[in-house]
Amino acid sequence: MALEIRDLHVTVEGKEILKGVSLVVERGQTYALMGPNGSGKSTLSYTLMGHPKYIITHGDILLDGTSLLPLAPDERARQGLFLAMQYPVAVSGVTFHSFLHAATSAVRGYGDKAREAVSGRLNAHLMPMREFRQEVNEQMDLLKMDPSFMRRYLNEGFSGGEKKRAEILQMAMLKPKYAILDETDSGLDIDALRIVSEGVNRLQGALDMGLLVITHYQRILNYIHPDVVHIFFDGRIVKTGDAKLVDVLEEHGYEWVRLEVEG
Amino acid sequence: MSVDQEALRQIKEQERYDFQTEIDYSHRSRRGIGQDVVREISALKSEPEWMLDFRLKALDIFFDMPMPTWGVDLEALDFEQFYYFMRATPTKQRSWDDVPEAIKDTFEKLGIPEAERKYLAGVETQMDSEAVYSSLKEEWERHGIIFVDMDTAVREHSDLVRAHISKVVPPRDNKFAALNSAFWSGGSFVYVPPGVDVEIPLQAYFRINAQSLGQFERTIIIADEGSNVHYIEGCTAPQYTEAALHTGVIEIFVKKGAHARYTTIQNWSRNVYNLVTQRAVVDEDGLMEWVDGNLGSGVTMKYPAVLLRGPRARGEVLSIAFAGDGQHYDAGAKAIHLAPHTSSMITSKSISKGDGHSGFRGLVRIARGAEGAQSKVVCDALLLDPASRSDTYPYIDVNEDNAKVEHEATVSKISEDQLFYLMSRGLTEQQASAIIINGFLEPFVKELPMEYAVELNRLVQLQMEGSVG
Repeated sequence: MALEIRDLHVTVEGKEILKGVSLVVERGQTYALMGPNGSGKSTLSYTLMGHPKYIITHGDILLDGTSLLPLAPDERARQGLFLAMQYPVAVSGVTFHSFLHAATSAVRGYGDKAREAVSGRLNAHLMPMREFRQEVNEQMDLLKMDPSFMRRYLNEGFSGGEKKRAEILQMAMLKPKYAILDETDSGLDIDALRIVSEGVNRLQGALDMGLLVITHYQRILNYIHPDVVHIFFDGRIVKTGDAKLVDVLEEHGYEWVRLEVEG
Repeated sequence: MSVDQEALRQIKEQERYDFQTEIDYSHRSRRGIGQDVVREISALKSEPEWMLDFRLKALDIFFDMPMPTWGVDLEALDFEQFYYFMRATPTKQRSWDDVPEAIKDTFEKLGIPEAERKYLAGVETQMDSEAVYSSLKEEWERHGIIFVDMDTAVREHSDLVRAHISKVVPPRDNKFAALNSAFWSGGSFVYVPPGVDVEIPLQAYFRINAQSLGQFERTIIIADEGSNVHYIEGCTAPQYTEAALHTGVIEIFVKKGAHARYTTIQNWSRNVYNLVTQRAVVDEDGLMEWVDGNLGSGVTMKYPAVLLRGPRARGEVLSIAFAGDGQHYDAGAKAIHLAPHTSSMITSKSISKGDGHSGFRGLVRIARGAEGAQSKVVCDALLLDPASRSDTYPYIDVNEDNAKVEHEATVSKISEDQLFYLMSRGLTEQQASAIIINGFLEPFVKELPMEYAVELNRLVQLQMEGSVG
């Protein structure tokens, strides 16, 4: 059971950004993907989730043995893939509550259930409100989020920390098998980083998630401990090791990687 | 099985939103326009002499006035092809036995209550409204509120009607106002006495046996000093009419310190020319709010207006338009500031889909002496397809130095990043688009009573699926 990326080549607007990426994310394991800005880390995360701007020219992405390439982002989400985004977009006029209710219902298959069974119940395609509220309140408590958050418009006027917590709350509700955290530590102060990291660790334990933590800094890895560390440079993985690699990188910086690769 | 059920669900939606009750007309005038038709209408309604005179003068004005040459294309509009008066027989209805078994079956499966089934199947035109109406009616009468159809008003409150009709929208205002003045039929007459707060919105829907939304409805609302009233016209179900020309005139009088709100959601069938004049005159410290939703019709011209003639009078116009394939809206708002410290707020939101074309035409005029007047116009357009079109025509005419007018306009598309974000959370592209659109319309929808809000969201969804019209 794994998310498997095989020799992935990706172009954006005609320019090749990923130049042959291969890695495996097994369930229950944590992987750090570290690299300097502009190395293609976010391209990898968007490509995995299926953003139409990123064109795969070669390679494959398999989720538990099945290729994700023909699937739209929503189908990938329903297969159990989740991407916590670095820059979650705002959608004006849509409350966080109604969005999360719709998303949770979609991923948990209420839409399909409603189509299969003829039911007179209004909103049969949605998870029953009481159940949803109860669960979401529990999760918000754990992430130390105020209930009034649910009435705000999706990501509109959210602070950096609020956005990241909101992403993790979505992860908690969508219960993915594999999650990618794209620069989740950026914009977080130390307290928020701790709360968010604890949330991720708790969910990983509960859901047996395979976790790919994409980051520039080692900071978040003090809280979320990786089993495997990949160093990413110029569109490919150039070094793989265990958690000790983080310390080496911290000491010598990405310049060391550049010298090794280009040297 | 699920395919059949999907089909049945769709039938049900269609039935619900697009059912056309077969109507027998006990009386219908000849096609076309003429004095004889005006006289016939007036006689059939047993109107007083003054009303017949009013109609005949308006007819002369109609002949006298040129067609508007701006806004929408009215080339194909041939006044001679329409019937100008039709009286439906309320008793002759489709019977439950005539409803196809498949549809009855669907209702059964969907668990729709008996009373509602008959309504949905077009057997009953009103749903349990009689009981609701009569208890409300007592309440209204106790407070001196008049809420009747215009025909009744002309008979029973002749002086009041005569004192107000055409005082805000004279026949000479525009060719269609003249046409309406000559041939009007149906509409509501509302009078709210001083200081009375009408808590429950007055809905034309409650009125029995009245053609609430006729082709040429004429509505007058008078909110006397310090009163408060919310009137709701129309409903979200498509209104089918053979006649294909809808020319309404709505006149509202907001007296000192009063507050009136007029909400309408128009969803005429696509063969209809919808040419409406809506105008309110607002006295000192009064507040008028137009809440105007447009989803149906083929061609629409409609510019709800506020004439702010008393100091500190306020006017707000909040409108949405959803132009689908083949639809053209030229809609907007007017705010005329005639007194000091008056203020107006115009918010317009339009969505164009397919080759739908949505135009906003806004006029703000600040007269000399209206010092301290303030006006803000915001119009946002959302284009869903490459062929969709949106235009904005703001006219601003300020004749007073000490006044403030702001205008903001945005045109946007559904962004790829928004779609991707929502889809990455498991929502299909269609669901994601609908969520973004509902968000865009939220400032409008939140002003609607709950049941209208729910219906509007559903209609937007149907419009998105392309299954309306």
